[in-house]
Amino acid sequence: MCLAVPGTITQILDGYAQVDYGGVSKQASTRLFKDAKVGDRVLVHAGFIIQILDKDYGYELEKLIGETMGFTNADEV
Amino acid sequence: MEKKITLAHGSGGQAYRELVQEVFLPAFSNDILQPLTDSAVCNAGEKIAMTTDSYVIKPLFFPGGDIGRLCVSGTVNDLAVSGACPKYISVGMIIEAGFDMETLVRIVESIAMTAKEAGVCVVTGDTKVVEGGGVDGIYINTAGVGVFSDARPPLAQRIAVGDRIIISGYMASHGMAIMAARENMGFTPPIKSDVTPLAALADRVLQSGCVVNAMRDPTRGGVAAALCEWVTGDTDIVIYEDLLPVRPDVSAACEILGMDPLYIANEGIMLLSVPERFAHNVLAALHSENAGKNAVVIGEVKKGCGNVYAVTKYGTSRKIMMPRGVLLPRIC
Amino acid sequence: MQMRYRIEDIKKRINELAGGMEQITVMEVCGTHTANIHKYGIQELLPDNIRLVSGPGCPVCVTDHKDIAAALSLVDQENVVFACFGDMMRVPCGDRSLYSLYESGKDVRVVTSAMDALQIARDNPDRQTVYFGIGFETTAPQTAALIEAADECGIRNLSVLSAHKTMPQAIRQLLGNGSGIDALMCPGHVATIIGAEAFDFVADELKLPAAVAGFEAYDIMAALLCILNMLKNGELKCVNMYPRAVTRHGNKEALSLLYKVFEPCDAVWRGLGEIGGSGLGIKSQYKYFDAMHRFDIRPADIKEAAGCICASILCGKSMPTDCVNFGRGCTPDRPLGPCMVSAEGSCAAYYKL
Repeated sequence: MCLAVPGTITQILDGYAQVDYGGVSKQASTRLFKDAKVGDRVLVHAGFIIQILDKDYGYELEKLIGETMGFTNADEV
Repeated sequence: MEKKITLAHGSGGQAYRELVQEVFLPAFSNDILQPLTDSAVCNAGEKIAMTTDSYVIKPLFFPGGDIGRLCVSGTVNDLAVSGACPKYISVGMIIEAGFDMETLVRIVESIAMTAKEAGVCVVTGDTKVVEGGGVDGIYINTAGVGVFSDARPPLAQRIAVGDRIIISGYMASHGMAIMAARENMGFTPPIKSDVTPLAALADRVLQSGCVVNAMRDPTRGGVAAALCEWVTGDTDIVIYEDLLPVRPDVSAACEILGMDPLYIANEGIMLLSVPERFAHNVLAALHSENAGKNAVVIGEVKKGCGNVYAVTKYGTSRKIMMPRGVLLPRIC
Repeated sequence: MQMRYRIEDIKKRINELAGGMEQITVMEVCGTHTANIHKYGIQELLPDNIRLVSGPGCPVCVTDHKDIAAALSLVDQENVVFACFGDMMRVPCGDRSLYSLYESGKDVRVVTSAMDALQIARDNPDRQTVYFGIGFETTAPQTAALIEAADECGIRNLSVLSAHKTMPQAIRQLLGNGSGIDALMCPGHVATIIGAEAFDFVADELKLPAAVAGFEAYDIMAALLCILNMLKNGELKCVNMYPRAVTRHGNKEALSLLYKVFEPCDAVWRGLGEIGGSGLGIKSQYKYFDAMHRFDIRPADIKEAAGCICASILCGKSMPTDCVNFGRGCTPDRPLGPCMVSAEGSCAAYYKL
């Protein structure tokens, strides 16, 4: 399970945030993530913000993949 | 005029006549309807296309349209995709006693406006009123007649190997708009239905001199249902996911609700199956009308055994099945 | 950002690593993984000796008959508005379902968020709103939030039928000795809540390599690459391959709210039987909001359809095609068992092939 969609917070209201999904926006509850701020890129599942998305994730994932690719350190530079 | 519809309005007596004279006639005014005879007498040539549809939609008014616009567009589009020139429609209404008269007038005006846009006349109609709680406000049935000519014969309505599948515009807008409105989903801005009569668009294509093997309007069940109905025992249809046009807001809403745009209803687009050598010119004809400005090739017909496939952007493929039951949002 | 390695690179590397290896079976335990593996055609990108198997990760599929029967009996009651996710509507229980009751005029409403149920309760002050809480650790905190909000606002006409479950105990039961599974793809959004650390036991106790995986095709392939690499090198770890949404410790706020309102209890998983400590029951201080407590629910005795092997399919031990009912008495139109009902159930996904 766990259909969750990334979006960007455009407004913080009382107990809710307005989340923009690119083309359309909808409110999501902040009860599970009270530190949400305008501008945060977040993961929303069934109308609740469940996590903030790490802006730098790409580098970490790339590093993890790189470790399995069979390249030496010299190749990666 | 009274403020609410009553049982008397459906009884064929004085109240009914007032309704016709004060609401229907002024909106639909044309020579065929004017005499208010039991039947409309129309010119239609030798071969006609005829269709009927009933409209029970909730809510009655939604972003992008209303039941009035829908009941004309749906029937006109069924005629248009047969290759006929839509000409005449009937409007039969079943209204709940207590229905607001002003709302009825709004709906009738919308029917009239859409009929004018589509180039069709409302030539006959009927009104019945049932007790409160009998229907949900109002149900409308429209039947339509379109004409063929030597220059414009019926389409073969059979896809052929090598055909390109063309879609005339964005998918899934209507179904998502209705669901969002009915369930108060709170999308901002509200998702708008694409409901539009396509008579002029079909006309452009059919006047272009191109051969069109088949045309459909993919309403309930979406593009998926239409393609599954088109495919034959010796063909496969292949569509390419990265070519499918979906509006960004509709795409986002589908993702949030866990729904596949291929299965969601449309009311303002058509699908065409066109021999490859005519595809370019058919696209040009579609692009020349506003309703067709986003037309694009989405796939092709291959030799096969009756399957519809979608090819993902990774080069893998998944089978598209005939939709089953009512589509519901999911969280899993 | 533009990733340096494209999906083609990952596919190529997986093929290289898998070359010369025996049959590898990787289980995922998340309905959305099942759905997306099918949606993106992931199996097609993999060599023949890697088999992906769906475990009991679909909460629809594992909701026990008794819970569905309880839901149906609540719908039957006068004055109840029943709110649930769309996923549950068509699960059969005997010859009825929530959808069949809706069709016959009962007030069953599909919601897309737990908080919708609060609004329904507010809008219907003279009726009892019951919310069907299903799902794992991603969704259960939301039901907790609903109960907390109802309590704070003094909403007295709302209650919850909880069929929530937690993953780790079920994974322990399934992947103990002799499971035939070589590695686990861990559910990324459950991990968002409970943290990557909650899956360390798969490597430490069950001695299986594991990767926490996201849901895009790229994420799934990256997780499989990581798993293949560990299998090739004999490494035994649980690696977080979804760092953008999963931290080591998860969403502590959500977990704290979850365990403020719920506590572990035993639960029956359809097809697997009772798994100790794998359910979530409403704590005594919130018992007022427990529908089982508020209503008199008579559990009906419903049996599985004859020949149904959903249990075995849910464990990855059988294929849908092994079932006598598959495609005959049991189809997506008329599902007999949970694996066919859910769009992501193994049988429903297989039917499309």
